[in-house]
Amino acid sequence: MPGKKYVTEDGIEYKKHRMSKKDKKNSVLYLSPSLIGVLVFFVLPFFVVIYYALVDNPISHQFVGIDNFVNILQNSSFQQAAKNTATFSLVAVPLAVILSLGLAMLLEGNIPMKSQFRTFFLSPMMVPVASIVLIWQVLFDYNGVINQFITNLNMQPIDWFKSSYSQIVIVILFLWKNLGYNMILFMAALSAIPQDVLEVATLESATEFQKFWYIKLRYLSSTILFVAILSLINSFKVFREVYLLTGDYPYDSLYMLQHFMNNTFRSLDYQKLSAAAIIMCLVMCVVIGILFFAEDRYGKDVEG
Amino acid sequence: MKRKKVRITIKKVILTLVALIFAISFLLPTILTIANSFMSSTEINTNYGVIFNQYKETSYGERNTDYVAEKVNLKFIPDMVELSQYSTVLLKSPEYLLKFWNSVILVVPIVVFQIFIALGAAYSFMRFRGRIREIIFFVYVALMLMPYQVTLVPNYLVADWLHILDTRWSIILPGIFAPFSVYLLTKYMRRIPESLIEAAKLDGANEWQIFTKVCIPLCKGPIASVAILVFIDYWNMVEQPLIMLSDADKHPLSVFLSQINSGEVGLAFAVATIYMVPPILIFLYGEEYLVDGISYSGGVKG
Repeated sequence: MPGKKYVTEDGIEYKKHRMSKKDKKNSVLYLSPSLIGVLVFFVLPFFVVIYYALVDNPISHQFVGIDNFVNILQNSSFQQAAKNTATFSLVAVPLAVILSLGLAMLLEGNIPMKSQFRTFFLSPMMVPVASIVLIWQVLFDYNGVINQFITNLNMQPIDWFKSSYSQIVIVILFLWKNLGYNMILFMAALSAIPQDVLEVATLESATEFQKFWYIKLRYLSSTILFVAILSLINSFKVFREVYLLTGDYPYDSLYMLQHFMNNTFRSLDYQKLSAAAIIMCLVMCVVIGILFFAEDRYGKDVEG
Repeated sequence: MKRKKVRITIKKVILTLVALIFAISFLLPTILTIANSFMSSTEINTNYGVIFNQYKETSYGERNTDYVAEKVNLKFIPDMVELSQYSTVLLKSPEYLLKFWNSVILVVPIVVFQIFIALGAAYSFMRFRGRIREIIFFVYVALMLMPYQVTLVPNYLVADWLHILDTRWSIILPGIFAPFSVYLLTKYMRRIPESLIEAAKLDGANEWQIFTKVCIPLCKGPIASVAILVFIDYWNMVEQPLIMLSDADKHPLSVFLSQINSGEVGLAFAVATIYMVPPILIFLYGEEYLVDGISYSGGVKG
């Protein structure tokens, strides 16, 4: 496309000329190791997954159209799992964004020992998953520390892992593990806000809230999106802990899509599994589409 | 004027206290793990027996006759500092060291090669743009966001076709091509000013020289931070080995640790502490990178 106008992230328009042959060769060369790997290990087999989702079983290869998808959407444990996973991500991701921004602003404030605090908040990243699981058991077991505290206050103990509170326990675990890293992302973004803009606002007698809402949030918008993406990835990874805490068949409200897929995998029901994987994939594509759109809309105007 | 000063001081004290409370609660599990690793198994049983001793049997089939407190005891300082758990782990049973080694030979190649391959891909995404490029990048982002259970099916199929199931390659190869670091490095590299690359070109640098002499040095921080993130993620892997490696001898310590019998909680804490050493070392060395390397972050598409 010779002469087509491109805009860099700095807002500078430039004309991009047709790539030279050498450039093209180079560009393919640098990408190819990664691209070949991704094609072989993820993309091509995914077409086989699509094929599996469209036939009735791997032996007779009878084409059944969307039957597998209809079946799985009507499957009550799939519905339960999808609902739980969606609820968890919808609660945990925004909470992670808001709380880590709050922590970052707390540390940005004038308090001593900033770098020590930063290290403390990052420390959960180092704890092995299995050890997190042990400690969560010590804390939230029916006979655990939290319940002991509650009974001392003359209240009824709560069966944390086997009641409607179970998602709360996992949300706490997720936040504890991920806030630190999100926080340093926000701290970096906060320190990158040009001071003169804030000073002008102060001179114009803007309140702290106005400065936050009209200035800081504008500058932070792309970081917010980035943190949201990382948190979304990590909200799926929390399955490790859930799995180790509660096993294959946890309490209803902890039954995640990952449980469903793990169990289906184990029962070798490839049709169900493939259909579920494809549905999940489609949903994720929509989510990413929204994120990309949000970035185009809000993310770039104050960047750079 | 004076009153204002007092107010600011009070505000500062309150903020510090709030930060301190948060920080302590964040640090607590780490401290607890380390503290518990120095307790004897008797003491662990006394403290946590109510929770973990439902089975009341150790892995050797003996009945546990230790005294068990009625209530769970959260203690940060052992009654008596003992290294018995460590001596069991390090001296008496070679299996722990073996699993530790398993972890190392799984994770190190993944981190090293994933970053090498990602650097090339990121460079390509930065230097050359176009419709197809953007679509490929979208696929990378989509893959990165998928839970492991979605990519598990394709991974498993390929491992089966290549006859690498039950070998370490079935974990290492998909790990090497995982798109996470491609995404992060692309984001960082796209922030490199065009003018720098143009300048290098005018000086007669070819693509390879721009890549190795301009881009990689500029990305030192991001490379370090991506390496830390990828390392910590794979160091704690649980699902992959359980599915790909039916031979438990090849399992990394992260899996083994999660399967330690509940009668041996004390041992588990000691193993966990040992397992924490590499992440802590990497962290101490790389924390600055983790913080600096990230400061250019932001945006989904990069």
